[in-house]
Amino acid sequence: MAKITCPKCGEQIETDGTITVCPKCGVDLREVIGSLDVDYEERMKTIARDESVTTHEFIVRTRGLKKTYVMGEIEVPALRDIDLDVRRGEYLSIMGPSGSGKSTLFNMIGGLDKPTAGRCFIEEVDMAQLDAFELAWLRCRKIGYIFQTFNLIPVMTAIENVTLPMIFAGMGTDEMMERGRELLDLVGLGDRLDHKPYELSGGQQQRVAVARALANSPAIVLADEPTGNLDLHTGKEIIDLLKELNRASGVTVISATHDLKMIDVSDRVVHIRDGEIERIEQRHEIELEVGGMGA
Amino acid sequence: MLDVKGLAKAAGGGGKEEIKIQRQITLPWSEAVRISVRNVTIRLGRTMITASGIVLGIAFLSSVWTSSVIQDGLQRAQLQQERELVEATARGQGESENANIENFTGISEEEQQAESSKRVWLVVMSLLVCGVGITNAMLMSVTERFREIGTMKCLGALDSFIVRLFLIEAVALGILGSVVGTILGHIAMLGIFSLRERSLSVAAKMDWGQMLVYLLLCILVGTVLSLVSAIAPAVRAARMRPAAALQTEI
Repeated sequence: MAKITCPKCGEQIETDGTITVCPKCGVDLREVIGSLDVDYEERMKTIARDESVTTHEFIVRTRGLKKTYVMGEIEVPALRDIDLDVRRGEYLSIMGPSGSGKSTLFNMIGGLDKPTAGRCFIEEVDMAQLDAFELAWLRCRKIGYIFQTFNLIPVMTAIENVTLPMIFAGMGTDEMMERGRELLDLVGLGDRLDHKPYELSGGQQQRVAVARALANSPAIVLADEPTGNLDLHTGKEIIDLLKELNRASGVTVISATHDLKMIDVSDRVVHIRDGEIERIEQRHEIELEVGGMGA
Repeated sequence: MLDVKGLAKAAGGGGKEEIKIQRQITLPWSEAVRISVRNVTIRLGRTMITASGIVLGIAFLSSVWTSSVIQDGLQRAQLQQERELVEATARGQGESENANIENFTGISEEEQQAESSKRVWLVVMSLLVCGVGITNAMLMSVTERFREIGTMKCLGALDSFIVRLFLIEAVALGILGSVVGTILGHIAMLGIFSLRERSLSVAAKMDWGQMLVYLLLCILVGTVLSLVSAIAPAVRAARMRPAAALQTEI
């Protein structure tokens, strides 16, 4: 472990070489770490070899990801050659107009669909090599999903929706109910445990969905247009909630969106157009009042 | 709060790790039954529509069997009456006419055979109608829940969990529908025959032991039909990729 100082905001950071962005302002610290004689490349190689340490820098990596939909006789390319690295603990937004392929990318990263070509790694594990059991395990334990249309199970109450993934994970009933209550409390719905989805507003339903996504303490929260069906104000609340979770617990948030409010909280914004990465913006590159964000 | 422990090298995992992973994803039967039964009871209106296919099919089957048992009972009663009459006459007229008794004994063998083949045909038809109806109903009830299935798979459900949930639901529906159908068909036939004979003695004349066997058979047939016809749609739904299941709009 070594103590370094962020060149931009002056934050003191303790790092073992795996943290490469400043948690406060998002500046790339690799140069600083390198100057501390921590040979970054060597360090990563050791980590990659050591199977007990899985805190790799990149939680998600895609290499040459392609997806082509066949509609009748026409082949429609949705993704062409996506190379994307997502750092652990990052809040990443995938932006682009509708039809640009961001939802397709979301599906690939989440293991909900298979790519036509290319590879997608979650914590250095190639998803193409996982069988049905392992894939289900990954979806259950490692990834939390949030959808535009909330996708709560309509016949279940809020707490039952939240505890469903815990049933799959084999948690005991008492522990499950307690954690379900805690999570709903966390998203501000502690008094709505036994409400059915249709008895809740859109924003409240999305909060239940956020709680459900966190049920099994995932490493990644994947959100597909989480604010798409919400009004401006409720949308902002959900974004703030996601950011707060990201900041407090270090969970990686990857969000496909075309909501500009999302830019404010994102560490990086990946712009996608016609199935290709147009450009990637770091937060400090974005012309916004970033100064107030760290507070 | 959130643990950052890694995926335990799932890709390179040997046999032992695979077993561990299998155990880590579970849907206990008790939970599955609870979820399915709740699904049935909460969507009661929708369930009733699905179940009505089973109810009608099984009601038809039940009515065919009931009517056959009732007819047998009536026939037997008539035969006995005739025999008593003949015996009475015979006693009155002396033993010379004993030879003629056989001529009075009801329906000929050929007619009986025709009657029974007609009955078998009716039963087969009613089963077909019932089977098609149930398959259709099950297909619909699975299709309208594709999104739900997709969501469950996102939450870590295995294909087998989905199939299990739907099959439990099908059995519950099957039992519910066929009990109602059996009773409806049975009562309807009893009523019709009572009206036709203008007496309530129809019930007294039939073989209740045999009737009970037939009624239980009706319930069994309805349940098995419901289960069998739910397998295909449930398996199809479970095998869908979550992305595709989530995209379906109804």
